[in-house]
Amino acid sequence: MGIEQTKTLGNGFVTTSLDKLVNWSRAKSLWPMTFGLACCAIEMMATGAARFDLDRMGVLFRASPRQADVIIIAGTVTKKMLPVIKTVYEQMPEPRYVIAMGACASSGGIFDTYSVVQGIDEALPVDVYIPGCPPRPEGLLYGLMKLQEKIMKERNSFGAAIGVGEVVNEA
Amino acid sequence: MSKQVVEKLKGKFGNLVLDTVEHRGETSIRVERAEIVAVCTFLRDDCGYNFLSDLCGVDYLGRTPRFEVVYNMYNLTNKTRLRVKVDVDGHDPRVDTVSGVWSTANWHERECWDLLGIAFNNHPDLRRILMPVDWQGHPLRKDYPLQGPDREPYQGRLS
Repeated sequence: MGIEQTKTLGNGFVTTSLDKLVNWSRAKSLWPMTFGLACCAIEMMATGAARFDLDRMGVLFRASPRQADVIIIAGTVTKKMLPVIKTVYEQMPEPRYVIAMGACASSGGIFDTYSVVQGIDEALPVDVYIPGCPPRPEGLLYGLMKLQEKIMKERNSFGAAIGVGEVVNEA
Repeated sequence: MSKQVVEKLKGKFGNLVLDTVEHRGETSIRVERAEIVAVCTFLRDDCGYNFLSDLCGVDYLGRTPRFEVVYNMYNLTNKTRLRVKVDVDGHDPRVDTVSGVWSTANWHERECWDLLGIAFNNHPDLRRILMPVDWQGHPLRKDYPLQGPDREPYQGRLS
């Protein structure tokens, strides 16, 4: 899946667009940062474990932000934790994606108080919001699949990264 | 057991023991704030309360004196508990530190300072422990806005 075999030029040749190849390789090896904040992290662990098995989708948790592509904000973000999250996010290499998992990461959830950030989108650019308190592992899987779909729709993000043209935004 | 301790304490400190309440087997003693270190040292050395299980502040907004600091102590030898309270003034809330009596009081007093703004005289390291270092105000005070000072207060679901 992924690469469309548009034409075969004899054995061993496949033609495709660079965008499709790059997007495919990015979408099918989404490595999230191992970073849990609250009860959502328990569901995230369950999603990664044998029953739901994120590995089959190429989603492998990495223990270092330098090796991660996506950060799953799994839980309540307190104002004291926010600088840490920002640091971890800034340490991730581009392209990097953010998933806000659960009500707290999306909007502050039930914690409408002085100490809690009312949604991680106040600080980071969120790609996918997953509702639920906490979301079931199926919810997280669906969110990751939505992110993969979103990555597959990127145009010229690789070209922009190496200085050829700009990212094309197609609505 | 606790009756003996109360009598012993009254014998030693007399009218510095302001009030004693016995409720469902729990003994609470209110003492004079200025003598809290002497009372705690006496309770530790002569009454066996060698473990401070908790120290916390309470905000009774609208009452005078406004604050209260509560010391929950435990005797590890004969497994008895004792609660000691001191009243703290609302304008300049200050109590002497008991971190020299039980060193665990150090962090408990930092928490009390952080969340309620009750300062502890002679504390070795009085700074915030839970809130960010640059935080303004003391959020566990009853007059602190729940959603923080920089937001409009919650007006109900239909607002």
